Amino acid sequence: MTLLDIVDLHISVEEREIIKGIDLQVEAGEIHAIMGPNGSGKSTLTNALAGQEGYQINHGSAHLEDKDLLELSVEERARAGLFLAFQYPVELPGVSNVEFLKTAVDSLRRANGLDDISTVNFMKELRQLVKKLDLDPEILKRGVNEGFSGGERKRNEIVQLLCLKPRVALLDETDSGLDIDALQTVARGIKEFRSPRTGIVLVTHYQRLLEFVQPDYVHVMLDGRLVRSGDASLALELEAKGYAWLEN
Amino acid sequence: MKLQEPRKPEEVLAQEYTAGFVTNIETESLPPGLSEEVVRKISELKSEPEWLTEWRVDAFHKWLEMEEPKWAHLEYPAIDFQKISYFARPKGEPPKSLDEVDPEILQTYEKLGIPLHEQKMLAGVVETETTPVAVDAVFDSVSIATTFKNTLREHGVIFCSFSEAVESHPDLLRQYLGKVVPIRDNFYSALNSAVFSDGSFVYIPKGVRCPMELSTYFRINAANTGQFERTLIIADEGSHVSYLEGCTAPMRDENQLHAAVVELIALDDAEIKYSTVQNWYPGDEHGRGGIYNFVTKRGMCRGARSHISWTQVETGSAITWKYPSVILRGDHSVGEFYSVALTNNHQQADTGTKMTHIGNNTKSTIISKGISAGKSSNAYRGLVRMNPGARNARNFTQCDSLLIGSECAAHTFPYIESKRRDSIVEHEATATRVSEDQMFLCQQRGIDPEKAVSMIVNGFCKEVFRTLPMEFAMEASKLLEVSLEGAVG
Repeated sequence: MTLLDIVDLHISVEEREIIKGIDLQVEAGEIHAIMGPNGSGKSTLTNALAGQEGYQINHGSAHLEDKDLLELSVEERARAGLFLAFQYPVELPGVSNVEFLKTAVDSLRRANGLDDISTVNFMKELRQLVKKLDLDPEILKRGVNEGFSGGERKRNEIVQLLCLKPRVALLDETDSGLDIDALQTVARGIKEFRSPRTGIVLVTHYQRLLEFVQPDYVHVMLDGRLVRSGDASLALELEAKGYAWLEN
Repeated sequence: MKLQEPRKPEEVLAQEYTAGFVTNIETESLPPGLSEEVVRKISELKSEPEWLTEWRVDAFHKWLEMEEPKWAHLEYPAIDFQKISYFARPKGEPPKSLDEVDPEILQTYEKLGIPLHEQKMLAGVVETETTPVAVDAVFDSVSIATTFKNTLREHGVIFCSFSEAVESHPDLLRQYLGKVVPIRDNFYSALNSAVFSDGSFVYIPKGVRCPMELSTYFRINAANTGQFERTLIIADEGSHVSYLEGCTAPMRDENQLHAAVVELIALDDAEIKYSTVQNWYPGDEHGRGGIYNFVTKRGMCRGARSHISWTQVETGSAITWKYPSVILRGDHSVGEFYSVALTNNHQQADTGTKMTHIGNNTKSTIISKGISAGKSSNAYRGLVRMNPGARNARNFTQCDSLLIGSECAAHTFPYIESKRRDSIVEHEATATRVSEDQMFLCQQRGIDPEKAVSMIVNGFCKEVFRTLPMEFAMEASKLLEVSLEGAVG
């Protein structure tokens, strides 16, 4: 079953075309890695799919299952099952992680006609998740990303992913800025999210993360296009030869 | 191709004010206008003793010589004091007990969520495990009922309407009335001293910890009327009291004046905690109507080691002009001011505090959180004064502004006057905006933009909400949500 279906998508930022026609189909159970140098358009693609302001869709379509993502507001896309792990997670001072996540979970549940989650069950699950990601349970009381280190922020994104249980996760450079221990922890979280029902798009610079999370497909993005697709071995080849190998 | 709808937080739509209904009862009021005769008439209607009548008349003459303050960062047309009615009360014999109160009025308080039945409150205790709150309900110019008076009396606590205190505790009243806020303090305190109608009176005897929260709920109902209440709280040596006040008014296209005076006195080792949730009608989204809230609140830490703490959540009123202050006279006394002021649409607020350090080793803390949305203007104005005799005085001030959208304004006017070299005065200030990235994060997790803004604003106010009694904190946070309605498009 196709979870995410992107057809000939063109995206501009301030009148300049950044994404110049992308096709991507993510089937349930698959992990796709998108690799590419800085400025190739990777974050533009994920942010625009999530519905951030400032991105103009010029052409093409993007569906999550039967839902036309481009017709939905940001929160409706989230409620349809789309999750974006941010490259630079922002702070919400004074808004505790617990409050933030409970509000998010309840918003998703209400959109699906469910009652709010019981606080007891929610807290139990959340504490386990935090432990799994090697985070201090104290962070649950702290403001979202408030005073967090870079590594804590990235791991907190994975806590949110596992807590909100979307259908499709777009992970925007979740591996950048992580030391090797944190990288393995994050990889463990991503593998836990992986299931026959979910799809994952991993955006990364390096193949480092892919050592721990084996992708089914690797796509190379250059100048707003996916110029080469292959299996996991493509990442290794890239690592050896560099992006210049694919230019021209 | 459809462009993603912009979700900027600055688009202002309609605002919902849930307390804006009118109670249909017959009211008797004095015709609009102000003169010595009117002042004497108010005193007569309230069957006051001569000393109080003369006190009022004296205040009226002082008021005539005074000018309206113009220094605040506020803009509004001149107020015609002859067009206001200075006294309004429900028609008929004043009720002697709750059973005699007009059911319409009782319903009003029920609708507003204010419990006036003691039994109900007690039943609620079992259900929700909340502690009972004693309520004095002031409706236009008169107090309608005061609950738990007998329970409180057993502890020696006096909690009654101001009018009742004039009758039953004239000595205490005479001793303290106008001692913290003198008649001439300012234009509005002089006006209030001349025409004040009702309010609450509290006396906590030596060594007594008041067994429950005390509260007064002010409601303006009649049109073209001003509300001028007075509150006086005296905490005798070693006593402790927590007092809450709330206020609402119907939605009307005309502006209405509210000019109150609150005086607090804390003797040796006494503590007064005074919390306000101010939700007067703020006017509509075009800036029509709303209450002009010109209030003088001041506490006197008269005794050594005494402690006065103000917490205010100001979401209502078209105009707020209010500076709850503390005079730190007793050695080692402590003054605190915690404030959340939110303005939306065309609301204007000029609010803050004055901490006057007179005693040795006195300490004050000011935490002010201003939130501006829509086309509103929000100013913090504060004065920290270290007098020549105040050895080792300390102040810490933190003053944060949060802006929602690009058409609102935030101002900070902090004044520091230190006459001593050994005093320590710290001032921290920040101004931030609810960013698009923060909104995007919340929405990407499935949260509505309205909910996201209120969550971010609540987070910003957390330090102040923490100082409120539990139930009030919840009410305050709900109120913020309502007041912010329409602040995002």
